[in-house]
Amino acid sequence: MFRTHALFVIDQNTIDAGAYAVKYELEKEITNASLQNEIKVSETGSINLIGKGVIILVFPDSVLYTNVTVNDVKEIVNEHFLKGRPVKRLVLSESFDIPNITISPAVETTKKQQRIVLERAGVINPESIDEYIATMGYEAAGKAITTMKPDEVVDIVKKSGLRGRGGAGFPTGLKWSFTSPLPGEKYVVCNADEGEPGTFKDRLILEGDPHKLIEGMLICGYAIGAIMGYVYIRGEYNLSIKRLQKAIDDARAYGLLGKNIFDTNFSFDIEIRKGAGAYVCGEETALIESMEGKRGHPRVKPPFPGQVGFRNKPTIVNNVETLSNVPNILLKGADWYRSFGTKNAPGTKVYTILGKVNHPGLIEVPMGITLRQIINEYAGGMCAGSVFKAAQIGGSAGALISEKMLDTPLDYDSLGQWAAVLGSGAILILDQKTEIPDFLRSVMKFFEHESCGKCSPCRIGTKILFDKSMELYKRKLKKQEWEEMLNIANTMEKTSFCPLGQSLILPISSADKYFKEELENYFL
Amino acid sequence: MNSTIPVIVDGKKVEVPNGSTIIQAAEYAGIEIPRLCYYKDLTPTGNCGVCIVEVKGQKGFKRSCTTPVTPNMEIITRSAEIINARKTVVELILANHPDDCLTCIKSGDCELQALSQQLGIDREKIDKVLTKKPIDDSSLSIVREPEKCILCGRCLRACQDIQTVFAIEAMGRGFNTEITTPSGSMAESVCINCGQCISVCPTGALHEKLEIDEVWAALNNPDKVVIVQEAPAIRVSLAEEFDLPPGTNLVGKMYNALKMLGFDYVFDTNFTADLTIMEEGSEFIERLHENGPYPLITSCSPGWIKFMETFYPDLTECISTCKSPQQMFGALSKTYFAKMYNIDPAKIVTVSIMPCTAKKFEARRPEMRSSGFADVDYVLTTREFIKMVKQVGINIAAIDDAQPNDLMGSYSGAATIFGTTGGVMEAALRTAYELVTGKALDSCDIKEARGFEGVKEFTIDVEGTTLSCAVAHGLGNARKVLDKVKEAKEKGKPSPYHFIEIMACPGGCVGGGGQPYGSTLERRLERAKGLYDEDGGMKIRKSHENPEIKKIYEDFLEKPLGHKSHELLHTHYIKRDALL
Repeated sequence: MFRTHALFVIDQNTIDAGAYAVKYELEKEITNASLQNEIKVSETGSINLIGKGVIILVFPDSVLYTNVTVNDVKEIVNEHFLKGRPVKRLVLSESFDIPNITISPAVETTKKQQRIVLERAGVINPESIDEYIATMGYEAAGKAITTMKPDEVVDIVKKSGLRGRGGAGFPTGLKWSFTSPLPGEKYVVCNADEGEPGTFKDRLILEGDPHKLIEGMLICGYAIGAIMGYVYIRGEYNLSIKRLQKAIDDARAYGLLGKNIFDTNFSFDIEIRKGAGAYVCGEETALIESMEGKRGHPRVKPPFPGQVGFRNKPTIVNNVETLSNVPNILLKGADWYRSFGTKNAPGTKVYTILGKVNHPGLIEVPMGITLRQIINEYAGGMCAGSVFKAAQIGGSAGALISEKMLDTPLDYDSLGQWAAVLGSGAILILDQKTEIPDFLRSVMKFFEHESCGKCSPCRIGTKILFDKSMELYKRKLKKQEWEEMLNIANTMEKTSFCPLGQSLILPISSADKYFKEELENYFL
Repeated sequence: MNSTIPVIVDGKKVEVPNGSTIIQAAEYAGIEIPRLCYYKDLTPTGNCGVCIVEVKGQKGFKRSCTTPVTPNMEIITRSAEIINARKTVVELILANHPDDCLTCIKSGDCELQALSQQLGIDREKIDKVLTKKPIDDSSLSIVREPEKCILCGRCLRACQDIQTVFAIEAMGRGFNTEITTPSGSMAESVCINCGQCISVCPTGALHEKLEIDEVWAALNNPDKVVIVQEAPAIRVSLAEEFDLPPGTNLVGKMYNALKMLGFDYVFDTNFTADLTIMEEGSEFIERLHENGPYPLITSCSPGWIKFMETFYPDLTECISTCKSPQQMFGALSKTYFAKMYNIDPAKIVTVSIMPCTAKKFEARRPEMRSSGFADVDYVLTTREFIKMVKQVGINIAAIDDAQPNDLMGSYSGAATIFGTTGGVMEAALRTAYELVTGKALDSCDIKEARGFEGVKEFTIDVEGTTLSCAVAHGLGNARKVLDKVKEAKEKGKPSPYHFIEIMACPGGCVGGGGQPYGSTLERRLERAKGLYDEDGGMKIRKSHENPEIKKIYEDFLEKPLGHKSHELLHTHYIKRDALL
């Protein structure tokens, strides 16, 4: 028995911040202080805080250290572990809420997140299949595969009202129901090619609870009668790939993947495919082309992948978050799922919050929560000295939200009324210091870089819009040229081949709508 | 399922074939939706975004080229919004396209130019965004001008889907995308020079390597004797460029136009087409007597030959060693012609008018110098020939007929059908049957070899021996036949065919990569019909009955497959699979 546990949060952010070096140092110092039999150092998954350097959780003291460096280690050991006095300058503000983990009594007064997808993230060791199973893991898959017909599984997902979390919000159960009755070989593809700037929810889901995705895919595979699943994952997601591969290997070793799962006739396996870094490959048909070893260009639709997909076979392509919602829906039922969120958008949504807020990071909250609530109740409010100016929701192709829309519920339909989209769930908060033209040129740069080149409107339009937005920023753009930009973006929306070029209109038109006064000051 | 379904196009109800796309359906309502990347014979890709329409009850615009119609679909093709969006898309494309129309090879035939006019674009609204991309003229046949490329993707569909060559691909991303070869050079690629990419290119981004200036220089050089040969397909491909019905045979006017251009002697490739039948037919008879090796595969199509050397080098022994008619003519022009007309072969300049871009490559193969000179000096495509004719203002439609010169100008009906798929097969069988059996065929028409079906298979009985024949045109179709041959060979089984005709281009030479633009399959069929009509109306329909053919064997070659033939009329092949 150890008297104290020091848990290192290991995700790509903390690794980049030097978590392993700090961990090594801490283990060394603990040994130096002869505390190795009293204090246990171990690793846990992400707790979905970003930009806070190396993070250590100390139990049972309920202390959350952030921004820990190698130089702080000695002090932590001497002051905290030997003398019982936490190093105050490294302890994160007590108002911060980490679900499932009680940091201090003060936290109890803050509103809780509602965690369905992230229920285990930061709680269990993501590299341990036993810990997953011990927390009801694979029960949903077992229930589905051994006691339910595929139709019933599709039905329950349909009834839950789950909608695709990749951006478009298409009803998941409906998608499955188109493919389920088709004969022959079929595939499940998980889209983990998270390329939307500011979005990293899928990475943290994968790093924190990889088995949940496997279980979701297993259930989907059973429901539609697939023989194989693939996870198309962004190539830079090293830790996700490592953890997911281990999870797949472990699941296979436990007979949860492979032939005759749960001693039934159902056989299913999963393989990882790494993306090479093209944004457009997040579009499902371009993703399939890429999986087939071809150039990542979107395909003509129809036929949709549900009918003609990977290897020209019916294929369900779902996002990581979508599939990770499925096990709980199976386990607890559609009605339970519908008790969260709104009527047309049940369940929770995982958001990544960035920008000028006190606690940028990942939260999971019910659909329909307002942006004001997210900023104030979950993200620790605006940074000192920062005043809210605008937010961009849904990644780079998202619309700008102005102050007057702060109380709009965040769900597919409510945002639609403002011609905005929920998209991937990235929320970028801009303060009064951000110049809208500066912001626009950075968005346009991204699209100019990521346009795949297939269709003329997007290939040439993104280039021209970027050039013009640079001119706007340099105050060299005439007002009528801005009107022309709007016309081009509008034409791109109408004539681009895939959503990449179609959605550029959102940041431009919303800037025009809500920040015209500021733009006027920039025109030549 | 109903064979037709009703749809409503701009308020007008029309019945259209089930499975139509909107762009096809609209034609039943008399509307040709403005388009750019769409090409009738190719899989639509939806790249350009010009052909957008609205569908009632559906969000956003639809690409009419890729959207299938559904029963009672209400299609709107011309709202103000649609027209503005179409215009803006074309303006965007123009912003990325150089303004050198006045000197562009494609001016007048350019589909982008025509579309800009059609949509009433009368000024440049969007500032130019151009990138410098060097011209690739490394290939002997095809020039690539990437700055003029609008990335419609048609060339890729032709090269990859139809020809299965995959010489070119889109490289780079977004604004920097360029259609090129892996090495960036057409010469260092698996390109077989067929020019089908040129046939479908809407702009001047792909065109043949011009040799017009060199030919003018030769014609204007008093020290040179310039002689010319024309492939069979040329005579039926000129009419469409001079406002005459496509497929009209203008052979006499063609000879006259060439004489007016200043060629000293006008002959006809059809003469050596007949000669090819004598040589290739004899090869086949030899194999019949020795019971193989089978199959014998034709060798007239230089695109097909390079394809074979690149992708099927193991089948080399199956290929007839006969040079193509162009090269036979070239070799004879500096030997037989020089001798009979008593002209110093060093002074002779031999020019070919070909429907083909691969012929430019073929003429410069190092093997093609058996006369001691370059057998063929210059190769002009049909398009280049028409350019020359138009340069000096000759109106082919209005001039008289003329005759070719003696010696290498007469031909049989068998020769003229070389210009279409199945023609070589039919011509060879007419002669081979008669030489083997000593009897004439019941009818010269071998209908099984005709038509544009991708692969035509049939058998013919020759004195109790059943010969299996196959005719393939377009290299995707050729693969189907060759893979069967290869499989049988690998398994040690007898060849499934005795005789195979392969033409690189869909439709055969009438669909060659050097033919006038707008060369759809429909147009190719019209040209082919012109050839069959000529054949049907001729007195001499078999190669061995051509009197000038009899004469050349008497006066010069002695006999088919004889010593001189081997020296001048036959060739060998090399492996080119290093780039695979």
